[in-house]
Amino acid sequence: MDKTKILDLVKKYTMIIVLILVLGFFAIRTGGAILLPMNVSNLISQNAYVFVLATGMLLCILTGGNIDLSVGSVVCFTGAVGAILMTKYNAPFIVTVLAMFAIGILIGAFQAFWIAYVRIPPFIVTLAGMLIFRGLSNVVLDGLTISIKDYTTFVNVFGGGANCYIPDVFGNNSLNITCLVAGAVATAIFVFLQFKGRVSKLKKHYEVEKASFFWAKTVIISLVILAFTFRLSQHKGIPTVLIWVLIVVLVYGFITSNTKTGRYFYAVGGNEKATKLSGISTNKVYFLAYTNMGLLSALAGMITIARLTSAQPTYGQNYEMDAIGSCFIGGASAYGGIGTVPGVIIGAVLMGIINLGMSLMSVDANWQKVVKGLVLLAAVIFDVVSKRGGKMISKD
Amino acid sequence: MADNILEMRQITKTFPGVKALDNVCLEVVRGEIHALVGENGAGKSTLMNVLSGIYPYGSYEGDIVYNGEVCQFHTIKDSEHKGIVIIHQELALVPYMTIAENMFLGNERGGKQIINWNETNELAKKYLEMVGLKESPQTLIKDIGVGKQQLVEIAKALAKNAKLLILDEPTSSLNEEDSKALLELLLKFKANGMTSIIISHKLNEVSYVADKITVIRDGCSIESLDKTVDDFSEGRIIKGMVGREISDRFPKRDSQIGDIKMEVKDWTVYHPLYTERKVVDNVNINVRKGEIVGISGLMGAGRTELAMSLFGKSYGDRISGHIFIDGKEVKLDSVKSAIGHGLAYVTEDRKGNGLILSNPIKINTTLANLDGVSNKAGVINKYEEYNVATEYRGKLNIKCPTVEQNVGNLSGGNQQKVLLAKWMYTDPDILILDEPTRGIDVGAKYEIYCIMNDLVAQGKSVIMISSEMPEILGMCDRIYVMNEGKMVAELKGSEASQEIIMSHIIKTA
Repeated sequence: MDKTKILDLVKKYTMIIVLILVLGFFAIRTGGAILLPMNVSNLISQNAYVFVLATGMLLCILTGGNIDLSVGSVVCFTGAVGAILMTKYNAPFIVTVLAMFAIGILIGAFQAFWIAYVRIPPFIVTLAGMLIFRGLSNVVLDGLTISIKDYTTFVNVFGGGANCYIPDVFGNNSLNITCLVAGAVATAIFVFLQFKGRVSKLKKHYEVEKASFFWAKTVIISLVILAFTFRLSQHKGIPTVLIWVLIVVLVYGFITSNTKTGRYFYAVGGNEKATKLSGISTNKVYFLAYTNMGLLSALAGMITIARLTSAQPTYGQNYEMDAIGSCFIGGASAYGGIGTVPGVIIGAVLMGIINLGMSLMSVDANWQKVVKGLVLLAAVIFDVVSKRGGKMISKD
Repeated sequence: MADNILEMRQITKTFPGVKALDNVCLEVVRGEIHALVGENGAGKSTLMNVLSGIYPYGSYEGDIVYNGEVCQFHTIKDSEHKGIVIIHQELALVPYMTIAENMFLGNERGGKQIINWNETNELAKKYLEMVGLKESPQTLIKDIGVGKQQLVEIAKALAKNAKLLILDEPTSSLNEEDSKALLELLLKFKANGMTSIIISHKLNEVSYVADKITVIRDGCSIESLDKTVDDFSEGRIIKGMVGREISDRFPKRDSQIGDIKMEVKDWTVYHPLYTERKVVDNVNINVRKGEIVGISGLMGAGRTELAMSLFGKSYGDRISGHIFIDGKEVKLDSVKSAIGHGLAYVTEDRKGNGLILSNPIKINTTLANLDGVSNKAGVINKYEEYNVATEYRGKLNIKCPTVEQNVGNLSGGNQQKVLLAKWMYTDPDILILDEPTRGIDVGAKYEIYCIMNDLVAQGKSVIMISSEMPEILGMCDRIYVMNEGKMVAELKGSEASQEIIMSHIIKTA
């Protein structure tokens, strides 16, 4: 392989390389603690809301670098309403969940209407939403904390409490066999899909990656899945919240890369006028992006109150920043039109690892913020500068 | 020995992987108008960027000798300081600032920080007079037309005390009348001793205004022609540009004209902002199967506005009138319904309104007809998409390694072909082509003409809007002439000439 090819490869997989380096750094500095089963499991549970929100935020950002500042408040508000429904009105599990989703969608649609059809800048609308729903959360909760510890179905299904793991159907072993089997099945499905794709491409004489590269990629990803599930199986098994994250990632990953609707998000962000003149309703695309953000905020609300087994008027603060940060670290363009769900997830994992690693090293919380800020800045600088062909300073 | 104001000696400029300029030499005599011609991508703009310091000294090889001394320009400021001022093809004016503010932007009058507005406006007035623009310096740029904006750019250059004026495609967005005025202005400057370098695709203008022509092809300077010695005909210049003679600039076709495909009656459109202004005024046109109909007219005549208002009401306010397709009246209230009724509009502004530059060819090709490559659930078949794009790449001879390449990296001609591919893939019956060959080179133009001939041979109808009269005359079966929102004439292609078209425009102006 010649030099330019290696450079291209490094460019394409920068974030993965950075992820490995950062993980290596913390593994050494924490004496391997970050790779302990419990911490791997915590990485998922602690950051589940980021994965969910960042996926929704990606759709907003794709439409042209537009962000949603209200998600933290909406997470808090839907969580507050859910907690009240369960505790005050004794609403059954299903009713609570449906009501929370409905509220999330309504809030999303409310903001989306102003953004998409009246064309109020998203920054303004969602800044207003941030204030409105933070205030309403306080009103609904009367400024108090409401515990939902006793509503175990809700708590367990959305990944909180002590039993928030998929139970082991093979009995109680030191290793969670269900988790291992799931890992093996997932790996098998992954390898099968990879092969199927390659074979059908070869059959139709499309361009394919070099065989050596394809093998290396397939083997590495398979090993990562296996190692990851093995770690989880050593610590109580699959966290239920991982299922929600997987659903969101797979569904939205598919929508963005394989459907007409997904294509429209990229088109609007790439060139809105050209999209309009191609017979596509750009208003609808904006509407969809922000309504969907409400839906996913509701899901993040469920995950949040389940994990903390309570609702409080201060929950969800700065969640929007975590989501936005993950998107940009994960390679989404600040101008829209560029970004992928897998990229955003890698961005979120990177943020999560930095959080966890610094906590394990007992770095002061304030310094953690400083480091996260610098990482975000560095990621976007790298993106911008590498697109400019390595020139640091923009020409006057 | 001629008095050379500028000599560029053996300039070589390499970009990663490409030699953009290869030992290019250019000699410009004081007080002349020197034209630089060549196909797109030949290296004209690169050469001028080297001269003006946009590519700083050290990033190229060779010497720039200006007024007898070897110069090292590190920034644009350095070259402007010496009186070399470049006016780029894309106008660089701030729409919400006044003419005077724009003219002295970066060159403010007054103290170090404080701006002296009286002096600014006085000077602005003086330079506006020199370019013959009768506007108050306080007028906002957004309120004047492109032609006048171009004059402001020139006044701005004069305000920098320009000795050598470089104009990159100065007339590309101007109509015939404004172009003429601009050329006369250059001749007037020449009489006052100004030296100009003009880069242009419009060879008739070049041969009218230039004293010397330097031809650049594939990064090399091919030849220099002198008006007093050489033949300045378009054919002669084209020969130098393409390295061969194009005997026939327009491919022949046997017109097989059928029934009326689309008819527009009493079409009136008002301006979306100035709602009292009629942009299209009671227009009646029709196009037949297998026919290419041209719409000729000056810039601002309302041609693009007419086309876009027909195409699903994408432009304008209070639109009224009737559209008949195959004799039946249809309502085209959205772009979607227009596409559904077999219309396609290929925009004049391929970068702004046509293509997604940051996306690959294949995604641009299918954007207007994603249904063609997806199932009922809206899932795109990416193999099919790749196939479709590759098929059109072959059909239209789009030059690119694969259809995975981003459109932004293609040349203008190839971008135009991708835009055509996008609309051909919607399988339209009626194509409205708005300035389909703007800013693309001679070879690509010919290919686009061939594609148009193929389309009408398949029985499709083509409406071509163009500001280039030779193209309208060479390609169209029938020609409408539009002026100030009205259709002022309808001519047979075989009977029309530039003079007849112009006289219709002038009569109604």
